[in-house]
Amino acid sequence: MDVISILIVGVGGQGIILTGDLLADAALSVGFDVKKSEVHGMAQRGGAVVSGVRFGKKVYSPLICESEADFLLSFELLETLRNLNYLKKNGKVISSTQKIIPVTVSSGNQEYPQNIEERVKEFFSDAIFIDAIKIAKEAGHIRSANIALLGAISHFLPIERESFIKAIKAHVPPKTLEINLKAFELGFNYASKKIIV
Amino acid sequence: MKAVLSGNEAVARGAWEAGVKVATAYPGTPSTEILENIANYKEIYSEWSTNEKVAFDVALGAAYGGVRAITCMKHVGLNVAADTFMSSAYTGVLAGFVVVSADDPGMHSSQNEQDNRVFARFAKVPLVEPSDSHEAKEFLKIAYEISERFRLPVLFRLTTRISHSKSVVELGERIEPEPKEYVKDVPHRVVIPSNARTLHIELEEKLKLLKEYAENTPLNRIEWGDNSIGIITSGISYQYTKEVFPEASVLKLGMSFPFPEELVRRFAESVKKLIVIEENEPFIEDNCRKIGLNPIGKKNIPIVGELNQQIVREAFFGKTTDTRINPASLPQRPPVLCPGCPHRGFFYIANRLKLTVPSDIGCYTLGVIPPLSAIDTCVCMGASIGNAFGMELAFNLSGKPRKTVAAIGDSTFIHAGITELIDVAYNKGKTIVVILDNSTTAMTGHQPHPGTGKTIKGEDTVKVDYAKLAEAIGIKHYFETPAFDISKIRETLKHAIQLDQPVVIVNKGECILQVRGKKIVPYSVDSEKCTSCGLCFNLGCPAIYWGDDSKAKIDPLYCVGELCDLCKQVCKFDAINKTEE
Repeated sequence: MDVISILIVGVGGQGIILTGDLLADAALSVGFDVKKSEVHGMAQRGGAVVSGVRFGKKVYSPLICESEADFLLSFELLETLRNLNYLKKNGKVISSTQKIIPVTVSSGNQEYPQNIEERVKEFFSDAIFIDAIKIAKEAGHIRSANIALLGAISHFLPIERESFIKAIKAHVPPKTLEINLKAFELGFNYASKKIIV
Repeated sequence: MKAVLSGNEAVARGAWEAGVKVATAYPGTPSTEILENIANYKEIYSEWSTNEKVAFDVALGAAYGGVRAITCMKHVGLNVAADTFMSSAYTGVLAGFVVVSADDPGMHSSQNEQDNRVFARFAKVPLVEPSDSHEAKEFLKIAYEISERFRLPVLFRLTTRISHSKSVVELGERIEPEPKEYVKDVPHRVVIPSNARTLHIELEEKLKLLKEYAENTPLNRIEWGDNSIGIITSGISYQYTKEVFPEASVLKLGMSFPFPEELVRRFAESVKKLIVIEENEPFIEDNCRKIGLNPIGKKNIPIVGELNQQIVREAFFGKTTDTRINPASLPQRPPVLCPGCPHRGFFYIANRLKLTVPSDIGCYTLGVIPPLSAIDTCVCMGASIGNAFGMELAFNLSGKPRKTVAAIGDSTFIHAGITELIDVAYNKGKTIVVILDNSTTAMTGHQPHPGTGKTIKGEDTVKVDYAKLAEAIGIKHYFETPAFDISKIRETLKHAIQLDQPVVIVNKGECILQVRGKKIVPYSVDSEKCTSCGLCFNLGCPAIYWGDDSKAKIDPLYCVGELCDLCKQVCKFDAINKTEE
């Protein structure tokens, strides 16, 4: 198997780093070589956050560059658009429909782009858009949206569910475990339905 | 057992496995998590030191005293510690001593991208560079062997991508080296000139032996492949090399100073085309040229910025990627002060009063971003106060006297601001110094410091008293302002400007990310009362945005309500109030 590269993008505070950690742990537990990269510090203060996870038989670079990602897992629509160049030609987009308005827009200096879903589908017709916030609320808490998205992408990866569930159990606080497992389940189911359709 | 660890976590694990007993650091991205992780090991004494020089001194003292020690800092932190660093090569050490420098190519969270490999050559100490987390752990253990064998500090160089990327590590067990017996050794430890002259000769002798070691160490290895291309590389650049040239022969340097000249020469003779792939400075390339080789290096590979496999690929093969979107056409997300940040009120007033504000390194540097736009300078840790005093001198000497206001965080003030403040008082300056006291080192992820009364392990300890400190150094005007009281801040600053003496103002407000257990009721805007005047937008709060009706709106997910209250204070039409429950 070649290396699988997953780019996880969004805005500081959305749980991107944790989602990447869960993916990396799940990949390790089934015996893959894994690398993961992100940037801490300045970038976290409301800035865009990018985390990359790569796994396979042998992984060299921890970074995912343009035209290299097999998957773009996005937590925010504008960030989905911003990172489209990173996908391979036949890459897969899995994106939350959540919008987080950047200061450059809220201050009235720039406009939030319109019709993002359509623009993405021009290049990636099988892109999946998920109302992850709605699913998270259904699971029990708005903050479980990241795990719902993890559930959705897990459907496409050569890693069994148990490995993800084990990783979630090892990382999330016990009192939120039930909600997170439910969010994972709902996200997974949503992705399965999308494929049948 | 295997685990996915960041480079920083792996260094921490390596220190534990190597039997390190003393670990010191001052927080700085990308190095911070090393000590945070070491602090979890009960076998290792660990401390947040007041600054990198103090951290270096304490760890070096421990190595003089006979136990293995480590000190960790970001690249620019080594500048602060450079005085000790340079001479520690002369004194050498008794027990193993490793200095970790985490460089930041690409300046993800730094003011420059200095390449600290150059520092190893300058100080004449061995340089070890891992290229992933597993090597970070294993090479660190070898670094302690080198340090003890040659009785020298070892510079262990990470970069952001090593520190913050995660990869698979095989975990090992801790060894417990016997502490070395301390013997008073004045000729090696007291660098009076008569001793130092001998020590320099000794250091040059050690370097000759180290060079022999570098020729044969397993830290440097050749991966033979197709010999039409031979690539010399080190650190993270090795990974990009393997991505772009999977078939080529590679000489991977884990120890590039002292430079293994014979090994490099042998490698160069066995390949048709010699390439050097390295980030930032042409460190390996220059060393190759010194021995008469002529590799392709910085002619193709950029000297500025961080590398990745795409940049390396394009340097040799041109563009191969698809472009679907121009990211520059999209709204950016610059980092901003958080909603509820205690620094916002001061910068708002500084902007309104049109003050000249030299500032410093920390979250509050974001006070430079519009609409706050309140900062005039930011150079390095602690410089704000000296800069403010110097600018004040310049304005006076130009016949346009006016006061300047240094803005510095609490942790940064203790790191490097205190001596600068003493300088102002001692030399009869009139500078206003505002300590933005959020009771933490926020930017690097909330580490305690001597102003917080807590240690790295969360234990209670003594706490710096800014008022008594100011008094003790001769400052007569000391004020405290609540960080979320705009009129009090304005009034205090206006008063301070009238005073013909230096002033210290401590602007107190806890970092909003540290506030726990308080109920948050967000504010909202009464659209009937809102006149769309835009005043509240001058706060640069990310929770405030223009609604479709052209009135101000507040995002309830971000707003912290009464914990901040600034927008309510700024609004002249009483349009902003607590959201009714």
